[in-house]
Amino acid sequence: MSLDDWILSLHVLSAFALVAAEVAFTIMVVSLWRSDSPARVAGMMRVAKVGALMVMIGISGTLIFGIWLAISLDAYQLWDGWVIAALILWALGGFLGQKSGEGYTAGGELAEKLSAEGVTSSPELAETFGASRAFWFHNATLIVVLLILIVMIWKPGA
Amino acid sequence: MTGVIAAIRPDEWNVPLLVHVLGAMILVGAVMTAVVAQLSADATAVPARMRSVAFRTLLFLGIPSWFAMAAGAQWIYDKEFGDVEEDPAWIGIGFITRELGGLLLLIATICAGIASRKNKSGLAKASAILAAIALIGWVVAIWAMGAKPD
Repeated sequence: MSLDDWILSLHVLSAFALVAAEVAFTIMVVSLWRSDSPARVAGMMRVAKVGALMVMIGISGTLIFGIWLAISLDAYQLWDGWVIAALILWALGGFLGQKSGEGYTAGGELAEKLSAEGVTSSPELAETFGASRAFWFHNATLIVVLLILIVMIWKPGA
Repeated sequence: MTGVIAAIRPDEWNVPLLVHVLGAMILVGAVMTAVVAQLSADATAVPARMRSVAFRTLLFLGIPSWFAMAAGAQWIYDKEFGDVEEDPAWIGIGFITRELGGLLLLIATICAGIASRKNKSGLAKASAILAAIALIGWVVAIWAMGAKPD
């Protein structure tokens, strides 16, 4: 096995970490849909924290190892259309995911505070974990991640 | 370089590869979520709810995505290795982790279902450990799919 084989493997593992994190966030969103219970939200925040760690591994790993491969392999160049498209989508996905994360993190912090105070119901939480801005940003992130996967597999123009 | 060369493939392999990879990615995410939910359940104020989420995740997302991953794998295998006498090592790793992982996933889901219904903490943790072992196997498979050792 060459170094490039290892780098490709780490690139794929990073991509799996990124998508696995998005799946974890989606499960959190679905399981907490319109939930007003601070205890339930605080409980699921443990899953979200692991997801956030996976996003950091995935987003940095896909970029670093992806650029490495584009430079190292003769078959691909950094200025190939599909590589540029993937980089633009990567940046867009990162922006949308961050916006979504900000909304849900604020909801999670509020839930942990309310749960510690013994509050059992919060309309603000029900709003955050319903069709909020964070929810739409999350859906947009999912679409972008799917598009990145399609670009990576089809490699249009390669 | 076999993995890198294999990354340049005929277009007709793309749809089965998408089904295989997307199924595997959702599978890994679902099982990871279920493991975290099970292992952290007792540390939350809503352990029964966390066990229920873990069970439903395995049942409604984990198992269907395993079938998508497995079907995609078989589909692309038939296209890529249909006429080949001997499979490379990475294909063997993929088959072993797919089958054993699927069995562990099934047992973990049954354990999670009983643990959720009867609120059994020990069984929930057993389910999480079984799912985590399957997850480790799949991480090895992901490495093998990328690096493609001979």
